[in-house]
Amino acid sequence: MYILVAGGGKVGANFARTLLQDGKHEVTLIEQRHERFERLEHEFEHQVLLGDATEIFVLERAGIARPPDVVAALTGDDEDNLIISQLSREKYGVPKVIARVNDPRNQAHFDLLGISPTVSATRGLMALIEHEVPEHDLVHLLELRKENLEIVEVMIDPSAPAAGKRVEALDLPEGSRLISVTRNGHSEIAVGSTELQAGDQVLAILQPGKEDELRRVLIKA
Amino acid sequence: MNALVIGCGRVGSSIALQLDSEGWDVTAVDEKEEALSRLGDHWNGGFVLGHGMDIDVLRQAGIEEADAVVVATDGDNTNIVIGQVAQQRFDNQCVVVRVLDPARADFYRRRGLRTVCPTSVAIDVLMDAVRACEIRPAESPV
Repeated sequence: MYILVAGGGKVGANFARTLLQDGKHEVTLIEQRHERFERLEHEFEHQVLLGDATEIFVLERAGIARPPDVVAALTGDDEDNLIISQLSREKYGVPKVIARVNDPRNQAHFDLLGISPTVSATRGLMALIEHEVPEHDLVHLLELRKENLEIVEVMIDPSAPAAGKRVEALDLPEGSRLISVTRNGHSEIAVGSTELQAGDQVLAILQPGKEDELRRVLIKA
Repeated sequence: MNALVIGCGRVGSSIALQLDSEGWDVTAVDEKEEALSRLGDHWNGGFVLGHGMDIDVLRQAGIEEADAVVVATDGDNTNIVIGQVAQQRFDNQCVVVRVLDPARADFYRRRGLRTVCPTSVAIDVLMDAVRACEIRPAESPV
């Protein structure tokens, strides 16, 4: 595949490196900062290009008109990633565009302009950190945007209405399922006969927006 | 009539002042507090400190009630994104966006965004000035 990577920072450069290690892809990396470009040139040689990837003539020099099979807009600027994505898809008909979201608050702009899929390191990290911090009663672990589903983790505390109940006896909201129960470091798939106990960590899959209903059934009376 | 001017630099502040003098209720948005001083000591319009990409800032500045939105920060891509947000998310029919790069200005104009490209305007004016020089020697009697 021919893959165009915009942005040669940690994310972009590592992504390009991984693709090249696969040995199956043709890659062009675009970086606009001089010092960074020079460093990258030692490693990537002719496969890295100096320029602003939001400039049409730079994209064209990188072969956007072929078009590439994939464009990955991975710069540290959300505005730039949005523009690169729109130009790639709408001006050049690139079949697959992946955009990085640096500030999760900008996710709404990507959604509005139909840029999908997006990847957000901040969002991913926040989920992992929340997962380790017990204060949160419901933690978002994974968003499956395309499927319109998400995976969350819930801690069952002693006062929770679900403590002591079997999964089949719970009035779970429509569009949600329990996946697994972790107790004393041991995890099992949640089935109808699984009895929830205080201290259990439960994974659930649900449609976004059902969190409050799920919370009511599992953790709050 | 309400106008929102996003980006209160040299261009944005002049537009804000001019609209104000023409009777518009103007709110300016800029992420730098110093930008307010560009509006002079007697500015009685609104000023919101914040980034135009921030939906809360746009709401606070009254984008939902604005009759016109002028986007003139110093970043082309920022302007294009904010312009599209104003047009598509807030359904504003009068969004004007400054884009310095003629190629991007042209692409987004075709997609229905009202872009204004000062670079293209400058090129036209300069070309006309040069052409005027070419013509004059031939026209003027020796």
